Amino acid sequence: MSKTANKLLELKNLCKHYPIRKGILSRISGYVHAVDGVSFSIYEGETLGLVGESGCGKSSVGRTILRLMDPSAGEIYWKGERIDQLTRSQIRPYRKEIQAVFQDPYSSLNPRMRAADIVSEPLRNFEKLSQAKGRERVRELFALVGLRPDQMLRYPHEFSGGQRQRLGIARALSVKPKLIMCDEPVSALDVSVQAQVINLLGDLQKEFGVSYLFIAHDLAVVKHISHRIAVMYLGRIVELAETAELFNRPSHPYTEALLSAVPIPDPKHQRKQIVLGGDVPSPINRPSGCHFHTRCIYAQERCKVEEPKLEETSPGHFVACHFKLNT
Amino acid sequence: MSQTTGKPILEVNDLRTYFYTRDGVVRSVDGVSFSVSEGETLAIVGESGCGKSVTSLSILRLIASPPGKIVSGSIRFHGEDLLGFSDEQMRDIRGDKISMIFQEPMTSLNPVLTIGRQIGEVLELHRQYTKEEVRRRILELLKMVNIPEPESRIDEYPHQLSGGMRQRIMIAMALACDPEILIADEPTTALDVTIQAQILNLMRELRDRTRAAIILITHDLGVVAEMAQRVVVMYAGRKVEEANVFDLFEKPMHPYTLGLLNSMPRLDDAASKRLVEIPGMVPSMRTEIVGCAFAPRCSSASERCTQESPVLKDHGNEHWVACWNPVLVKVNV
Ligand SMILES: Nc1ncnc2c1ncn2[C@@H]1O[C@H](COP(=O)(O)OP(=O)(O)OP(=O)(O)O)[C@@H](O)[C@H]1O
Ligand SMILES: Nc1ncnc2c1ncn2[C@@H]1O[C@H](COP(=O)(O)OP(=O)(O)OP(=O)(O)O)[C@@H](O)[C@H]1O
Ligand code: SF4
Ligand code: SF4
Ligand SMILES: [Mg+2]
Ligand SMILES: [Mg+2]
Repeated sequence: MSKTANKLLELKNLCKHYPIRKGILSRISGYVHAVDGVSFSIYEGETLGLVGESGCGKSSVGRTILRLMDPSAGEIYWKGERIDQLTRSQIRPYRKEIQAVFQDPYSSLNPRMRAADIVSEPLRNFEKLSQAKGRERVRELFALVGLRPDQMLRYPHEFSGGQRQRLGIARALSVKPKLIMCDEPVSALDVSVQAQVINLLGDLQKEFGVSYLFIAHDLAVVKHISHRIAVMYLGRIVELAETAELFNRPSHPYTEALLSAVPIPDPKHQRKQIVLGGDVPSPINRPSGCHFHTRCIYAQERCKVEEPKLEETSPGHFVACHFKLNT
Repeated sequence: MSQTTGKPILEVNDLRTYFYTRDGVVRSVDGVSFSVSEGETLAIVGESGCGKSVTSLSILRLIASPPGKIVSGSIRFHGEDLLGFSDEQMRDIRGDKISMIFQEPMTSLNPVLTIGRQIGEVLELHRQYTKEEVRRRILELLKMVNIPEPESRIDEYPHQLSGGMRQRIMIAMALACDPEILIADEPTTALDVTIQAQILNLMRELRDRTRAAIILITHDLGVVAEMAQRVVVMYAGRKVEEANVFDLFEKPMHPYTLGLLNSMPRLDDAASKRLVEIPGMVPSMRTEIVGCAFAPRCSSASERCTQESPVLKDHGNEHWVACWNPVLVKVNV
């Protein structure tokens, strides 16, 4: 992304801790450190991919940005204005500009609402359009995402997975948002249908300049769609760079392992694989120092005691590691 | 990757499994044939609902009846048709000679039994072991699937383990009796890539050590390329293509297979190009399909495709394709 593009969203040291309650008195016995000091920005017209293993905090970041829940600490700026402390009514105008598309197209759509009403729900919430104007807009949105007008009166269960995801996208687009938070938007879809939705997201970005925060665990999909990629591990960003840079010069050992673990669909390909031992540690009892030291093949004594800070190693390439690779 | 030309241990021939539901007959598996040999990994790929799981459940005779029924075909294990076996004979085979890793590890483990008990049950059913021998074997299996601190994990319950560990417990159970055939239904789909890499390594080790045959069901073509020697591509309950893994990726001949390969974003793509979409969606299997099931989505479809069901034909080197207008160009992978 060029530096001259407008910064839409900025996170500074965002934290989200969930209390763990135990016993009949529901005493707080500890915290899940789901998001632990995350900072990044999203520019106008760009897609920022957010990847990392299950439970590393990706959705928590997304839900906090949407203000579906309050951050535990840190700051959120929207076009330079701080929004993390705004009240429900103060936040309304921002809610319109930041929309979301979720993983499970079925459970995120109300089964008792007709497709047209689902798509126009945000419109009714945020814009006072006449009924005729509203209908017209829904018709346009249906065409835009490749659904037929005769499907407007159908219920979600009458749509296929890919079509339901299109409904979700049409709904998000209805109020002309600046940013769409996509949380695993194609994970539940078949490969052949996945391509339809990925292309659609790309086309919409070209046409309207909308930005995406694209959360997914499929690295090939993220690579395909993202301009920049942030890699998370146990609540922290461990590396962030432009897509080509990240794939050509991964500098964090976790990124290196993650990239090497993706199976390549070519039977002749001989990959040099780094198989990580063990599992992702629990975000309740996190390892000391660098969270990754329990699985890192390059770990040294220092890594157990000292937390590495995110540093810029070349313009736009950030890494949090004491012994960076490829630098 | 080693080529195997061993004698087939399992031969599935013209298998048809239908479900008789209130809104009609679902032809989930409609005339599928394939075989696997010792030490070989056969991958079955295809879109959601094309009949992969029903095929594997049919092999183990685990189709609930009603509503399901294996209406025709044969499933020969060492030459003997499993469809003629009694329920008791099947119980002896399941988990011993043929075992399965199910698609959902969370729902296939019993939440109220410790993992030690669950693996132990399999052993007690099929082996005359003493208590100590059972425990020793369980610990051996837990170590084999890389469960840290097996001595303490053995007494834990499924909910105390991570998803990756639960999947490894499923694998330990499946391997408990050194099966001759391991059926793995999407064994890594719910897992992270780093954990997936561990599980795939484990399955490869097993294959090389015990010469077990593996039937691997997956929708991830990367996993196929990495694991399989032969590949069966299914569409709407039928086999539409079968080939060795190199031919399948280099010269796919069925338009659907080609479509799958093209529609997938790849890590080794140069710049991000537009993906090639397969238009439309999978047909409903509730109505009988006339002609080729892929015709409404196929750019090579001709008049004949909408009338006559394409028959499987060998295009040389055991490359089977069911298509009236097969693709004849080589793709660059
Ligand atoms: N409402 C909640 N209460 C308590 N803990 C939570 C809550 N939501 C998430 N967590 C925990 O916070 C951590 C981060 O969860 P999150 O859903 O953000 O991860 P994720 O990266 O989106 O994972 P996935 O890839 O599986 O969707 C996990 O350990 C999760 O169990
Ligand atoms: N008990 C059942 N009753 C009715 N239909 C069924 C039943 N079980 C499976 N089917 C149908 O049979 C077809 C094949 O299902 P199957 O589970 O084999 O698909 P699959 O290829 O494994 O898909 P996935 O990739 O989603 O796991 C589907 O259309 C499904 O709806
Ligand atoms: S800081 Fe140390 S443990 Fe952490 S990633 Fe770098 S080398 Fe590995
Ligand atoms: S038989 Fe016809 S419709 Fe079917 S895949 Fe071949 S060309 Fe396409
Ligand atoms: Mg999530
Ligand atoms: Mg299945």
